[in-house]
Amino acid sequence: MTMEHPYIPLPSPHAHAGASTTRIMFTVWLALLPASLFGVWQFGWPALNLLLITSAAALVTEAACLRLAEKPVLPFLGDGSALLTAWLLAMSLPPWAPWWIGALGGLLAVLLGKQVFGGLGQNPFNPAMLARVALLIAFPLEMTTWAAPPAVTPGFVESLAITFQTVPLPDALTGATLLGHARTELSRGHGLDTALAGAWSMPEAFYGFTLGSLGETSALLILLGGVVLVATRVISLTIPVAVLGSVALLASGFHLFDPLRYAGPGVHLLSGGLLLGAFFIATDPVTSPSTPRGQLLFGAGCGALVYAIRTWGGYPEGVAFAVLLMNAATPLIDHYLRPRIYGRDRNGRPLPKEKP
Amino acid sequence: MRFLRLRGGVHPEEQKHRSADRAIEVLPLPERLFVPLQQHIGAPAEAVVRPGERVLKGQLLGKAGGGLSAPVHAPTSGRVLGIGPHTAPHPSGLPVATVVLEPDGDDRWQDAPVPLDPFALEPEHIAARVGAAGVVGMGGAAFPSHVKLDLGMSRRVHTLIINGGECEPYLTCDDRLMREHPGAVVDGVRLMLRALGAPRALIAVEANKPEALAALTEAAAAFDPLQVVRVPTRYPMGSEKQLIQFLTGREVPAGARSADMGVIVHNVATAHAVHQAVRRARPLVSRIVTVSGGAVARPANLEVPLGTPVQALIDHCGGFVGEPARLLLGGPMMGFTLPDTRVPITKGSNGVLALSRDEVSPRDPGPCIRCGRCVAACPVGLLPLEMAARSRVGDVEGAERFGLADCIACGSCAYVCPAGIPLTQYFNYAKGELAARAQARRKTEFTRELASARQARLAREAEEKAAAAARRKAERAAKAKANES
Repeated sequence: MTMEHPYIPLPSPHAHAGASTTRIMFTVWLALLPASLFGVWQFGWPALNLLLITSAAALVTEAACLRLAEKPVLPFLGDGSALLTAWLLAMSLPPWAPWWIGALGGLLAVLLGKQVFGGLGQNPFNPAMLARVALLIAFPLEMTTWAAPPAVTPGFVESLAITFQTVPLPDALTGATLLGHARTELSRGHGLDTALAGAWSMPEAFYGFTLGSLGETSALLILLGGVVLVATRVISLTIPVAVLGSVALLASGFHLFDPLRYAGPGVHLLSGGLLLGAFFIATDPVTSPSTPRGQLLFGAGCGALVYAIRTWGGYPEGVAFAVLLMNAATPLIDHYLRPRIYGRDRNGRPLPKEKP
Repeated sequence: MRFLRLRGGVHPEEQKHRSADRAIEVLPLPERLFVPLQQHIGAPAEAVVRPGERVLKGQLLGKAGGGLSAPVHAPTSGRVLGIGPHTAPHPSGLPVATVVLEPDGDDRWQDAPVPLDPFALEPEHIAARVGAAGVVGMGGAAFPSHVKLDLGMSRRVHTLIINGGECEPYLTCDDRLMREHPGAVVDGVRLMLRALGAPRALIAVEANKPEALAALTEAAAAFDPLQVVRVPTRYPMGSEKQLIQFLTGREVPAGARSADMGVIVHNVATAHAVHQAVRRARPLVSRIVTVSGGAVARPANLEVPLGTPVQALIDHCGGFVGEPARLLLGGPMMGFTLPDTRVPITKGSNGVLALSRDEVSPRDPGPCIRCGRCVAACPVGLLPLEMAARSRVGDVEGAERFGLADCIACGSCAYVCPAGIPLTQYFNYAKGELAARAQARRKTEFTRELASARQARLAREAEEKAAAAARRKAERAAKAKANES
């Protein structure tokens, strides 16, 4: 037989499980599709415009950065990571946000969120959440204008007017998210019993007929996506369970203590971006710990921070802040929570030689 | 008995169906045999034959080259053509001293006295016979077996574990051996127990080999100290430390040997070789080899005389189907690529695999996305991603701080890595680099010691010279004084 010369030994193993980064990225993207398509159906053409503009901006930025870094553009662009970042970001934006929010967001996410650190795998913070928080702080008005679409969603031509802001958005077409509404009512001195009456119902929140970011409204479809991720072993259940568990625990405790001031676990779990965050954002492998125990702590921390920000913080919703804060703690968690090595104790010392 | 769950591990496609139902065939003698004098861990054997000499099957070709070494015997009768360098079955593909033997076709054994009752032999005599027969660990490591049997002399061994896990995909040579020769295996295990003075033996077989389990259970039924244990099918169950953990519920402490905790592990094929050596006075001159892979026409399990070139095995199995993407010696998880098919089969060669392109799925490594699959897969509890990140940039001390020394090189991490990073290769590099640096350090240390010894000697000599000169001067002065007075 003929062999290439000179002989180059190839390293073992010579078999592979078949998983690839590209496949992981596209599985996550596919798992996001039901919830994002629901958002498009719910909020109409402007939502689709936003998804496409954000994605295009992210891909162009990624390509430009790769070229600057003299890396092969197409293979890296094709790994799906930039598209996924953009998609997650767009899903966390107000569905009728103007075009430049999406474009700027895509640019920030890829450039400042990922490429300045050296590209895929090098970024300490979740790029989508970094961009979202940057936008929220810089453009608080646009980032908290929530579309309340009429029964008939705008047609394509009208949608262009919304996306490109040729006409101001009429007040009749906007509203407050549930968490925002509850916060306002509480600050006016109303109890949650009156604030939530008529504004919140479990089935509506579960199916997704509420106001909110583009892709966070339908708990059902996000859970479906989460099931897909767990079933395909793209993520383990550790982080989602830890996030949701700690929110549920805190919400239940405070709710029992004072139900007029503290919303119950149902409201917290099904509102805002919590489910999306728990299954799709906190589980970002690059920015979360790599050991199961670390992931448990990370998830629990995310949940506790979400609850704290929602309840006592300056914003009605805190998923993005919570994830970023815990991202910052990830290197520390990874440093301290290492698995025990075979034949050694937790401190790395050899186990005692027992008498046989 | 407490069975612990194996930490991590992977479950690669078994691929054993290709050859599991093929009975062992005896490979016809090739035209030439290339018998390396180094087929084991330790010092190479020293040739005791000369070119042109006629030898009988089983006759000594090379004697053990020290305490940690093993002799090499003639795999058949014939004429020694020469002794010279030949490509060794080693990842480096470098040549080693090899005896080239031309078979005469008679395949005639040399006469050797067979003990009437080997169980009447003293334990140390059993170990000595095993050593003289050139038996080494046949699971792949090729560690001289008598050295491990002698450990029974110096410490109490309470459990002998016989490794019939065969957790590498494709390989079925141990499976066939257990199915076809369970009596010989059991006899070998009993002889090893006698040599070690150990009270019990556990024969571990993975659950994916029910026929082997049944055959061994039946063969071992009459012997109380022997227990056949079904272990889960999970790679790397056949790794010594993992098997001990699973069977005894205890871990081998870092830096210690399993014998320190009273456990010795041997492979099933080694047990068979011990039976041949002690019961029949036959040295290790052949072994069972699985020939398999998508690029092999007719996968098989062959009994192969040691020193047979790989090409002869391939030819016997109908040659290649298409161009093999990778030619391996050993299993796909820990085996290594062969430079060509002239490489001979040796005592540790358990498989020859010719894998097609689909089977190896080669990929270009991408950036690590820190997904942690390697952490979940590592049976040792290491953080392969952290070790790889440091090894990659040459920070081998950093990799060491993450437990590089505890890595068993099983390849589970690289098997699951979605970015296709060759983690095992990074770790091999880092381990080699660490060893090289340690050696350089020792050398520097030694040179410094020599230099400082020389300095001290020179200083002492100078001092002595000065003292002698002073003494002479004083003597002269004293003499002069005496003369004056």
